[in-house]
Amino acid sequence: MVSWKVIKKVLGRIKKYWFFLALSIIMAIITVASTLYVPILIGKAIDYIIGVNNVDFENIKSILFTIGVFIGITALSQWIMNICNNKITYHVVRDIRDEAIEKIQQLPLKYIDGHSYGEVVSRVIADVDQFADGLLMGFTQFFIGVMTIIGTLGFMLMINFKITLVVVLVTPVSFFVASFIAKKTYMMFKLQSETRGEQTAFIDEIIGGQKVVKAYNHEETSIHQFDEINEKLQKYSLRAIFFSSLTNPSTRFVNSLVYAGVAVTGAISAIYGGITVGQLSSFLSYANQYTKPFNEISGVVTELQNALACASRVFELIEESPEVPDKPSAKRTIQVDGTVDLDNVFFSYVSDKKLIENFNLHVKKGQKVAIVGPTGCGKTTIINLLMRFYDVDSGKISVSGINIKDMTRNALRSGYGMVLQETWLKSGTIRDNIVMGKPDATDEEVIAAAKAAHSHSFIKRLSNGYNTVIGEDGGGLSQGQKQLLCITRVMLCHPSMLILDEATSSIDTRTEVKIQKAFDKLMEGRTSFIVAHRLSTIQSADIILVMKDGHVIEQGSHKELLAKGGFYKNLYESQFAK
Amino acid sequence: MKRILMYLRGYHKECILAPLFKMLEATFELFVPLVVSAIIDIGIAGQDKGYIFKMCFILILLAIIGLTCSITAQYFAAKAAVGCATGLRHHLFSHIQSLSFSELDTVGTSTLITRMTSDVNQVQNGVNLVLRLFLRSPFIVFGAMIMAFTIDVQAALVFVAAIPILAVIVFGIMLITRPMYKKVQAGLDKILAITRENLVGVRVIRAFNKENEEVRRFKQSNEELNHLQKFVGKISGLMNPLTYVVVNVSIIVLIWIGAIRVDAGTLSTGQVIALYNYMSQILVELIKLANLIISVTKALACANRIDEIFGVQSDMVDGKIDIKKQKESAAITPIIEFKNVSLRYRGGGEEAISDINFKVNKGETVGVIGGTGSGKSSLIGLIPRFYDATKGEVLIDGVNVKEYTQESIRSKVAVVMQKALLFKGTIRDNVKWGKQDATDEEVMKALEISQAKEFVEKKDGVLDAFVDQAGKNLSGGQRQRLTIARAVVGQPDILILDDSSSALDFATDAALRNSIRNMTPSPTLFIVSQRAASMMHADKIIVLDDGMVTGIGTHKELLASCEVYQEIYYSQFKTKEEK
Repeated sequence: MVSWKVIKKVLGRIKKYWFFLALSIIMAIITVASTLYVPILIGKAIDYIIGVNNVDFENIKSILFTIGVFIGITALSQWIMNICNNKITYHVVRDIRDEAIEKIQQLPLKYIDGHSYGEVVSRVIADVDQFADGLLMGFTQFFIGVMTIIGTLGFMLMINFKITLVVVLVTPVSFFVASFIAKKTYMMFKLQSETRGEQTAFIDEIIGGQKVVKAYNHEETSIHQFDEINEKLQKYSLRAIFFSSLTNPSTRFVNSLVYAGVAVTGAISAIYGGITVGQLSSFLSYANQYTKPFNEISGVVTELQNALACASRVFELIEESPEVPDKPSAKRTIQVDGTVDLDNVFFSYVSDKKLIENFNLHVKKGQKVAIVGPTGCGKTTIINLLMRFYDVDSGKISVSGINIKDMTRNALRSGYGMVLQETWLKSGTIRDNIVMGKPDATDEEVIAAAKAAHSHSFIKRLSNGYNTVIGEDGGGLSQGQKQLLCITRVMLCHPSMLILDEATSSIDTRTEVKIQKAFDKLMEGRTSFIVAHRLSTIQSADIILVMKDGHVIEQGSHKELLAKGGFYKNLYESQFAK
Repeated sequence: MKRILMYLRGYHKECILAPLFKMLEATFELFVPLVVSAIIDIGIAGQDKGYIFKMCFILILLAIIGLTCSITAQYFAAKAAVGCATGLRHHLFSHIQSLSFSELDTVGTSTLITRMTSDVNQVQNGVNLVLRLFLRSPFIVFGAMIMAFTIDVQAALVFVAAIPILAVIVFGIMLITRPMYKKVQAGLDKILAITRENLVGVRVIRAFNKENEEVRRFKQSNEELNHLQKFVGKISGLMNPLTYVVVNVSIIVLIWIGAIRVDAGTLSTGQVIALYNYMSQILVELIKLANLIISVTKALACANRIDEIFGVQSDMVDGKIDIKKQKESAAITPIIEFKNVSLRYRGGGEEAISDINFKVNKGETVGVIGGTGSGKSSLIGLIPRFYDATKGEVLIDGVNVKEYTQESIRSKVAVVMQKALLFKGTIRDNVKWGKQDATDEEVMKALEISQAKEFVEKKDGVLDAFVDQAGKNLSGGQRQRLTIARAVVGQPDILILDDSSSALDFATDAALRNSIRNMTPSPTLFIVSQRAASMMHADKIIVLDDGMVTGIGTHKELLASCEVYQEIYYSQFKTKEEK
């Protein structure tokens, strides 16, 4: 079974904390043993209370004193056990999360692009959390439960065999009842969670698009659709909740039967002197305790299954194969001279959908390469390959004459400065975000870069200037401001080569011109790759790559391409069409 | 809290019956120790087997009655809880539908979604548990105490002393840990945020070789969370051992007192056992009660958060005039007029647009151009009354938009927003948002105008082709064209394109503008864009800069007189001019 593998993996991660695990087990044994011993002692004490003027106070006193000691032991061992279990659980969870984040850094872009962020995040956060809950419950309840059952059986056998038999025979009924109900309710829970999922998706969609809903007077219709799902959910929820809530009363009922059985057999044996009244009272208190762990275990088993399912989802992420590691012989630093060569490059995202075929490109130092084409034509693909976010299927890409697979990714990437259309800022101060590429930059350098990128004036106006803390993904900044910050970040680095992927799409054209000037100055004599839709940028490029449907269909300078009279000419002329 | 009660009002019967049956069940449970005590004192002492069997029969009978009562109670509780949650969800959803753009901006989408889903579920659980257990547990605790009094007053005083101590322990630990659990949640949120950042920004992180630093940052927050969790665990782990000690010490005292009383002849052995059983029952119930209180406080916190949403009321008062019944504007009245209009967003510092004045005649094409943050979207958002002007007035057909019903304005004015958002369903479903009773011909016509016909016809199922949530299975350009089709299908009098062709190449963009202009009847058209090429042929171009109008006129006029327009234009067409 799959879950055995998962259990093995979980155990492998617990191994580090074997000391606490051992301590926890010892404490659990002590807790159970002394918890179970107390009713026997109480029974003994009761046996010394025989009747009027027939009470053995001396013995009672010493028994009560012993009980006191055992209570102390139970409480202490229980607390230590709790602490151990907490420690193991939370440490294991922390370790798994650390593993997960490390893996995320090594995953190929293909994986990250192919999975929704929400899904990966929920594996690292929600699934791990669920797993922690299950693990903790498993430790505390499952373990104690099993021990209690064994212990109780032992103690009962010590007192009386026949009555024990009654308990042993009737108790499993409770277990069967519980699992029977669980099985029956499983379907109803499934229906409920499916409907709930449907409703959440609907809410997510409609409220996420609330402005469109309002703009098209769609409120009534959405309420109507919502109510349909809502009523369906009401029906399924009621069933699921009601049937699952039968578990407790039913098992309690079985428990009561056991209790009655013990009472009758016990009382009859007491008449024949088989057991004392005190022993009967111990028995009754066992009968009460004995079925409880059965119920708990059946609850814990579902909880544990759930936890294992969650764990397996996290492990899936952790075990995802990482990027091809850098070769051991890979160069750690390279002297970038600005030449980039692509020779016979083949690449596709999915093997049955060919994309880039036998692509050749030779960029000399200081050349400006523009990539143009209609939306969705795969301009970003080239960038993915240049930065080695994806590996080419065949052929080779060389920078400064060295195959990029023969240098570390770090070495390659630090040669480039990159600004993407999708801006990304991390939570932290403005300054933190700017100095990402050059952590030791001085304030003067930061301000100079900001001035060049025309972000200085708006940063200055923020409440704390460069020390203003911005939230996740830029928080209160406008899209254009975010892009300016990303540009500042690259301005600061003085990269040897530059990649701009529609980097100025959210910035107004006037500012764009100014930034372009700054870039031009920055890039003097340096190689740059620019994805753009603005003609002025394109026309001044040394090489223009025209892409369509993922393929590079034309390549050349502006003049050459116009003369060729192909797709580019069309594209160029359409911009000025009426 | 009040609100939950409001939704429970429809479930009077269930709300009374559920706890009632629970209490009945508890009452029968309280009889059990008495029966056992009778078995010992009368049955065993008197060697009366018949009596013992009779008593056991009573025990079984009590169990059956208990089971019946309990199942009945569970049913009513589930019905009331689920009904309450369903009602709550319905009203919450309707309420959200009534909020205006300003409120949506301030509350935020993700907040609304969690309120609607997980918070309502928590409330449902809470209500269910309360109906089932809230009366039962205290009832058993105090019932056991009262039963103890009926057996022996002096021995029962032990209960009087033990119960408050137990209450202090249970509530004390909960009070201490509750704020800590909030901190744990905040810690969890933090590592969630970092994980998300790492996924969203994976390219940038790798481009800057920041992988190790990010791992370090994550580990640090993870470690903080770990410490908090362990600390909270230590304290809440005290609950069980402490209650165990109190209950068992009470039992020791009970037996000691019992021994003395039996010796003096005021109590029987069976009665001592009964007292001891009552004390054990209290322990079991207390543990349940503690769990219950945790769920209830959670549910209450969720209920409060839901209440906050209900507290957000739209400040936009709907007008009364139906715009469709309004007379067609005569040639002299402009279809749209802005008089000294300013807009300041709620919570936003400066005015987004200030003192805007212009008139637009029916059938005109108006371009709105300006840099990022110059107020283009703010300006056009006032026409369909997405927002209310903070100063001045916006008139349609000579009447302030506030006088019209919102529904009628929005059927007259169609806006294609910057973000091309589609919904799960077929292409037909999506286009029909603009006109619910549109025929297939009308839909096809709209697709043709929006230049979407070609790609739609290539799809499997054509109009029945499926669109995923948010239109994920379509490209950006396809989505934009479908949102435009959605807007034109209703043949609006006023059509606003808010930078909604940014993903289209220039040729398609031009063809699109052409076909809209050729629509009959031809709508009054607003084109918001950063591209001068998109509006060169407009009747009127409004140039915005930093929230102010810096020029209104035709392309030629502006090129001659408006500095900002010149700058924009030349930045885009420079090379052509140079030729």
